[in-house]
Amino acid sequence: MAVKVRIPTPLRGLTNGQGEVEAAGRTIGDMLVDLENRYPGIKERLCDEAGNLRRFVNIYVNEEDIRFKQGSDTALSDGDDVSIVPAIAGG
Amino acid sequence: MSFTDEQIKRYSRHIILPEVGGKGQKKIRESRVLVIGAGGLGSPAAYYLAAAGVGTLGIIDGDVVDLSNLQRQIIHQTPDIGKPKVISAKEKIEALNPDVEVKAYQALLTSQNALDLFREYDVILDGTDNFPAKFLSNDAAVITNKPLVHGGILRFIGQVLSIVPHKSACYRCVFNSPPPQGLIPTCQEAGVVGVLAGVIGTIQATEALKLILNIGEPLKDRLMTFDAQKMEFREIRIKKNPKCPVCGENPTIKELIDYEQEVCSI
Repeated sequence: MAVKVRIPTPLRGLTNGQGEVEAAGRTIGDMLVDLENRYPGIKERLCDEAGNLRRFVNIYVNEEDIRFKQGSDTALSDGDDVSIVPAIAGG
Repeated sequence: MSFTDEQIKRYSRHIILPEVGGKGQKKIRESRVLVIGAGGLGSPAAYYLAAAGVGTLGIIDGDVVDLSNLQRQIIHQTPDIGKPKVISAKEKIEALNPDVEVKAYQALLTSQNALDLFREYDVILDGTDNFPAKFLSNDAAVITNKPLVHGGILRFIGQVLSIVPHKSACYRCVFNSPPPQGLIPTCQEAGVVGVLAGVIGTIQATEALKLILNIGEPLKDRLMTFDAQKMEFREIRIKKNPKCPVCGENPTIKELIDYEQEVCSI
C-alpha cells in the first residue's frame, strides 16, 4: 500500500528536507521499515530499542491516533494520509 | 462595579460584540490568568490578554532579557536587556492598560510552587520553552483542575491544545512523557522563526479568552498544528486516554515531578 507520510520539521534532515514523502506497507509497522530503507536513521528517531513508538511521538492515520487503533499493526490502505507528530517544546 | 466612560470606550470593540457584551467584558475583568513564561509565546499572549482587560494577569519567569530574545519576544525592548523578564513585561502591560493588575513572579515554575500558584488563577497559559516545564504545567493543571492552554513552537511549526482537566484530553494523554535528554536538538541549535511565536501565542490568548467567556468551541480534544512554511493549519483528533498517568482512571502521577532537562529540547 502506498501512503503519504507527513514528516515533522525536526526529522526533515533525514528526508532531504521533504515535508511529505511516500512510503509503502500493509501496516504502520511495515511502513516504518520501508521508511527506514528509504531514509536511514529515521526509525531510531521514532522508535525505541525494542521497536516501540517513542512516547513523545505520535502517528496518525487519516487524523486518527494509531494508539486508539491497533498500534503498529494498524492496517493501511492505498492513499492513506499518515502524520508523524512529535511533541514540541519551544516557547 | 460598573465600567467608567473611559473603560467603555477602551473596550467598546469588545462590548459591541454580541458574544462578549458588557457582561462578557465584566467576566474578562474578573478573570485571573497565569502566563507561564514571558518569552516567545508569553509575550504576545500576555500583551493581548492585558489589552483585552483581563483583571489579574500573573506572569512567572526566572530569566532576564537577552539580546537573542528580541527577535521574537516582543514584550521586551532593546533597553530591557539584562532586566528580569517579568519586570520588563509588567512595565509594558501597565503602560498599555492600567486596569490590569500584574503579578510578577521572578522564579522558575517548579514542583514546589506550581500548585499554590495555579490555585490562584482561573486559566493557565503555557508559554514555557522546555519539556519538563510543559509536563509540569500539565500535571499541575490536572491536579488543581484548572483549564490550560498549551502551546509549543520550533523552527517553522507550532502546536496548540486547550485542556479542560478530566473533561478533555490532557498533554500526557497525547504525549505520555518527555523525551530523554540529548535525543533531539535543542531550540538554540534548531532555531525558531520569530513570527511563529506571535501566531501561536495569539491563538493561545484567543483560547484563554474563549474559556473565560465560555463561548465558541475551544481546541479541546483537537491538537492544532501549524506549518508556517506551507502556511497550513491542521487538526488532529485526540482523545482522553483512560490509561493516562495523570488524568486517567488509575493515575500513577499524584504529585508533581521535576524532570531534569536542558532548556528547549525537542
